[in-house]
Amino acid sequence: MKRRDFLKSMTALAAGSAFATPAIWSPAKAQSRQETLLFVTESGPNNFDIHGVGTNRPGYEVSWNCYDRLMSHSKKTLPDGTDSYDRDGFTPELAEEWTTGDMSITFKLRRNAKFHDGTPVTAKDVKWSFDRAVTVGGFPTFQMKAGSLEKPEQFVVVDDHTFRVDFIRKDKLTIPDLAVVVPAIYHSELVRKNATEKDPWGLEYTKTNIAGSGAYKVARWQAGSEVLYERNDNWTCGPLPAVRRIIWRVVPSAGNRRALIERGDADISFDLPNKDFAELKQAGKITVASTPIGNGIWYLGMNAKNPPFNNVKVRQAVAYAIPYQKIMDAVMFGLANPMYGAASNVPTSLAWPQPHGYNTDIAKAKALLAEAGYPNGLETTLSFDLGFAVTGEPLCVLVQESLAQIGIKTTINKIPGANWRNELLKKELPMIVNFFSGWLDYPEYFFFWCYHGQNAVFNTMSYQDKEMDGYIDAARKAAAENDSAGYEKNVKNFVNKAFVEVPRIPLLQPYLNVALQKNVSGYRYWFHRQLDYRSLVKG
Amino acid sequence: MLRLVLKRLLVAVPSLVGVVIVTFLLTRALPGDPAAYFAGPAATKEAIEEIRVKLGLDKPLLVQFVRYTGDLARGDLGTSLTTGQSVATEIRTRLPASAELTLLGLLVSILVAVPLGIVAATRPGSIIDHACRVLATAGVSLPVFFTGLILVYVFYYLLGVAPAPLGRLSVFFSPPPHVTGFYLIDSLIAGDGELFIESFKHLVLPALTLGIFSLAPIARMTRASMLAVLSSDFVRTARANGLSRFTVVVTYAFRNAMLPVVTTLGMVFSFLLGANVLVEKVFAWPGIGSFAVEALIASDFAPVQGFVLTMAVMYVALNLIIDLLYGLIDPRVRIEA
Repeated sequence: MKRRDFLKSMTALAAGSAFATPAIWSPAKAQSRQETLLFVTESGPNNFDIHGVGTNRPGYEVSWNCYDRLMSHSKKTLPDGTDSYDRDGFTPELAEEWTTGDMSITFKLRRNAKFHDGTPVTAKDVKWSFDRAVTVGGFPTFQMKAGSLEKPEQFVVVDDHTFRVDFIRKDKLTIPDLAVVVPAIYHSELVRKNATEKDPWGLEYTKTNIAGSGAYKVARWQAGSEVLYERNDNWTCGPLPAVRRIIWRVVPSAGNRRALIERGDADISFDLPNKDFAELKQAGKITVASTPIGNGIWYLGMNAKNPPFNNVKVRQAVAYAIPYQKIMDAVMFGLANPMYGAASNVPTSLAWPQPHGYNTDIAKAKALLAEAGYPNGLETTLSFDLGFAVTGEPLCVLVQESLAQIGIKTTINKIPGANWRNELLKKELPMIVNFFSGWLDYPEYFFFWCYHGQNAVFNTMSYQDKEMDGYIDAARKAAAENDSAGYEKNVKNFVNKAFVEVPRIPLLQPYLNVALQKNVSGYRYWFHRQLDYRSLVKG
Repeated sequence: MLRLVLKRLLVAVPSLVGVVIVTFLLTRALPGDPAAYFAGPAATKEAIEEIRVKLGLDKPLLVQFVRYTGDLARGDLGTSLTTGQSVATEIRTRLPASAELTLLGLLVSILVAVPLGIVAATRPGSIIDHACRVLATAGVSLPVFFTGLILVYVFYYLLGVAPAPLGRLSVFFSPPPHVTGFYLIDSLIAGDGELFIESFKHLVLPALTLGIFSLAPIARMTRASMLAVLSSDFVRTARANGLSRFTVVVTYAFRNAMLPVVTTLGMVFSFLLGANVLVEKVFAWPGIGSFAVEALIASDFAPVQGFVLTMAVMYVALNLIIDLLYGLIDPRVRIEA
């Protein structure tokens, strides 16, 4: 009968231990629980260094919180009471002040700023870091270029605590680009010591080691499951953060992330699906913050190079056949700004994104399609990225259904995340549903990447038009020269042209949704759409 | 015995070579392009080419393969691009987590299914027999992620008796010093009772999920094989000789019925490793399955190859153990070998 006894004792043990201490926090740990913030997200960082090859978004978050930049953005409060970074306000970070000249900007560095190992931060570290960003290639170099920061010669060490950036051309985006995630300041000596001949910029070392001066240090990292941060108590580049320890747990299942926040075990659940968010908001037990993603649009793009969508009338027909309101209700659960239904396609303001003049009007769509020479409709494929299936799939189904009414038969083509960019680069897909958002929240920036004839990867429609390029270039030039009348005219012109010719149909501007326990405050929306721990307060 | 082991290991070599070749080719045949994926959202064609060269993916397949096998011979499984760690380290730290969970799941399953199968066989057509059938059918037809989510919903969300589904330990526990990588064993070695209970609590729901899923084949196989043995001549003789019911069923019948059950166990263990992938996702378990799936989504070749190779080695080892067990259970098998 031994086995029976064994069985019995096993069951007793299982039941006993499961029922003994229910919560995940035992009382002895309550103290540290108070000083610790636990948040959950879908995936974790793969690299701590934004200069690295293939660093993912969670990796940007580590970089943002563990490294300092010369300058950052100030805070503003949105009409609904949530905090956001202020696009137009710049605050000192590693630099305590700066003076902008005609063709350069000079920074005075803080004298008391130190890297995590105690070495003072000097101008030579700044220069080395900027040289690195413009030389390593890939994303960091691309992002620096967006602000006309292209060559190491632009970065000049004046003395130990004075650093100058020379402009190669006037560009309104140069200063904003110095406050994004990429121009982080690295401990040059430390990284160089760990660099190898094959890897002169020490990317291998910074992948898993922090060589920065930021407000938080990584104390423990388990790839794919956990990051543990400790506050850097010697941080001088801003007010000392309130939270001493931060634990970031990766919870792949959305249902469990929701359960954790509802049960009170997690303090923050970042980037929630719309459906959960709408329901949590209704329940009212926890704080939910929802901020429109700046310069971000879900759109339907049509290949303007190849038939049938090289015909403006066909594109307009599609724009009249999109079930805009249904998408807002059934896909986004109302958590988005609609991008349709303006009085006309002529923009009334400089705001971007802003609604266009199309509505769901099947009769008009049919007429336009007939005019274009397709009275019997046509057949095409509609593609989306499986990595964003939560939004992409229902969206495509609704569009497919609606297009069928005007005789456009679409086959939905699901493309795995790993292959999506490759397909976009080929620019052969006739019709896609996609999302784009720019870090720098300026209309001419958006248009330069998405509509300009340079045909960047984000111009997924391969839309090329001399007049459009003229407006965009003129707007960039006017912005650099502070010519506000010329700027306004050109921005309105390119927005109007983009709406009339609709190579891409803006569908909606989504929100970034975050759920927080009632005792957590200080959450701030950032352009990079990741969490900034420094402003968070608990209790 | 030793000769048998060596012979079996030799037979396994060609299949391992086959696995290496097939996984290499299969990962290359996947539709994704790792260079495009890791070049980031803003990459131009040139940037992607640059990364392709960096990753060595611009070389012909044969060159890539020679390099891969060369690294393999030195024990280097490559580096995972998704987590940034070397694949060998990843597998070393993650495999124990998966193995602990799978073994415990299997144990749960055996503890429930074998007695259930025996009882069902001794009383065919009874309520217990029907209950066994219903339980087995339900268990195998519910997908693991569903069972897992239901268990989390009921025991964590509604009742609050289970710990949060946050992996192997709660947030404020540090893992025990690494000896075997099995937290249950390592915490006992460290003499930390609290940690043992903690890791056990976290294992209960995921192990139960796996256990429920694998009940069916074990219970059904035990029942079928017991039925066959119970109707055989030697059992009738044992009964006729007036041996107690317990002695007849457990000592004589069950020992003879075990052979097919053990075979099934091997099979169940292998598909549990597969089912693990989804369970690990649900319980945020830092195991090898969730690692492989993430790598697959990103077309990150090295971890996928490393994962398949590890699994192949494990199957070989498992089959060997089962073959040796046969010999212990049934001496006739030993003679044949």
